[in-house]
Order: sequence, then C-alpha cells, then structure tokens
Amino acid sequence: MNGFGTIITGIGVLFLFLGNLGVLRLPDVYNRIQAGTKCTTLGAFLAILGIGILEPSWFWKACLIALFVMATNPISSHAIARASNKIGVPLCHKTVVDQTKDFKKDRKT
Amino acid sequence: MSGTIIFIYLAFIGAGIFLCLLRMLKGPTASDRAVAVDTITTTVVALLVFLGFVFKRYVYLDVALVYSLLAFVGLVAIARFLEKGI
Amino acid sequence: MMIIVVSLFVLLMLVAAVAALIFKDLMSAVIAACMVSLIASILFYFLQAPDVAMAEASIGAALITAVFIVAIRRTERFEE
Repeated sequence: MNGFGTIITGIGVLFLFLGNLGVLRLPDVYNRIQAGTKCTTLGAFLAILGIGILEPSWFWKACLIALFVMATNPISSHAIARASNKIGVPLCHKTVVDQTKDFKKDRKT
Repeated sequence: MSGTIIFIYLAFIGAGIFLCLLRMLKGPTASDRAVAVDTITTTVVALLVFLGFVFKRYVYLDVALVYSLLAFVGLVAIARFLEKGI
Repeated sequence: MMIIVVSLFVLLMLVAAVAALIFKDLMSAVIAACMVSLIASILFYFLQAPDVAMAEASIGAALITAVFIVAIRRTERFEE
C-alpha cells in the first residue's frame, strides 16, 4: 500500500510539473488556460489522493479537498476564458477556426 | 516514503512554480498573468497537502481547504473586473 | 535539505514583489501582489505556523485583491 501511494503521488506531481511547463511554453492565452487547468486539476487530484492512500486516517478529508479543487478550478478558468474572449485578446496565428467570431458580430449589429 | 523521494517531489513542484512565475513576468496581457496565478493556486494546494504529510500534522489539511476556497474568490473577482473592462 | 527549498521560495517571493513594483498596468501589479501573499503563506507553512498561514491566505489572496480591484475600478488602470 505504501509503494502504491508513492507512485500515485509521483504521477500527480509529474502532471503538475507538465501543466506548469505548458503555461510557460504554449503560444496563446486559450492554450495556456487549457494546459494550466486540465493538467493541473488531474495532477492535484492524483497527488491529494495519493497522500490519502499513504495516510489512511486522512482519506476522507483528502477526498473533500480533491472535490473542492475539482469543483472550483473549472469555474475560475471558465471565467478567465470568457473575460479574455470578451475583451478581445488576440488568438495565435496558427488558429484554424474561431466559432465565436460570428457570434460577436451578430451581437454588435 | 524516503527522504530522497520527498526532496525530488518538492523540487519538481518548486520548479513548476518557478516556471509559472516566469510566465507571470513575461505575459503580454493581464489575462496571461491571471492564468499563471490560477495554475499556481492549484499547485500550491497540492503542495500544502504534501507538506502536511511530510510534517505529519493533521491540522495542516485545514489550511489547504481554506486556501482552495478563498483563492477561488479572488480569481473570480479578477475575472469579473477583466470582463467589464476599464 | 529543507533549507534549499525554503531559499527557493524566498527568491520567488522577492522576484514577484519587485515585479509588483515595476509593472505599469495596475491590474498586473495587483495580480503580482496576490502571488506575493500566496508564496508568503507557503513560507509561514514551512515555519510551522498553520494559523498564520491560514490568515495570510484568506486576507492576502482574497480580500486584498478584491479591495484593490474595487479601488482600481473607481480610479484609473494605467499609471504614467
């Protein structure tokens, strides 16, 4: 059980590091939101769950913290993405399709 | 979990926070900086739980709980301000 | 071993504080100040003071950010 919890925590820490690397490396605000939210939510979930497995008396409180992270993180990232779309932060030059453009044009007219 | 593994995990998390700080320094717009703070918040919640395991104190989990709720409030305030404009 | 990690976090906090001083966009300065208080909370945590860390996280990350944002909305966003 001890080694299992260590491996789960290690996978979580690796996902956290990759998410933070994606925030630095990706070219665009929206790509950065995607890397910094999905990857980091999975990483934090796995790390907290691994700690809960390592200390069995902490398991339910760790599950509660993981639930809070999974509930609040998508909401804040959605708020930031919606705000940056509305104030017109430019997209990356490799972007193929932007479906919100027609939408914004309709709303202005 | 031995001391070497704990040190490796702490070094990975610290390096990740350093990379996010670089993005906050570079970021062209305010949205990039908000994204960097959002990512650092989630990383720090995992770090607090991990440090609670390292120090073997059950009380330390409460700090992570309060932290994950209140940083969310601050980020939503920032996002609402960015949406309304100047 | 632990002193290396603490030194790294002190360095990060200093970089964020200097960034909060030199940003011209006040919104970015508020975000940098939010990050300073986040890292200060981790440092209190390392020094084995969880109650101070909880107060720092709640006041610094949420309340001061909201108050500064209300102040920026009443005045102007960019400084000369």
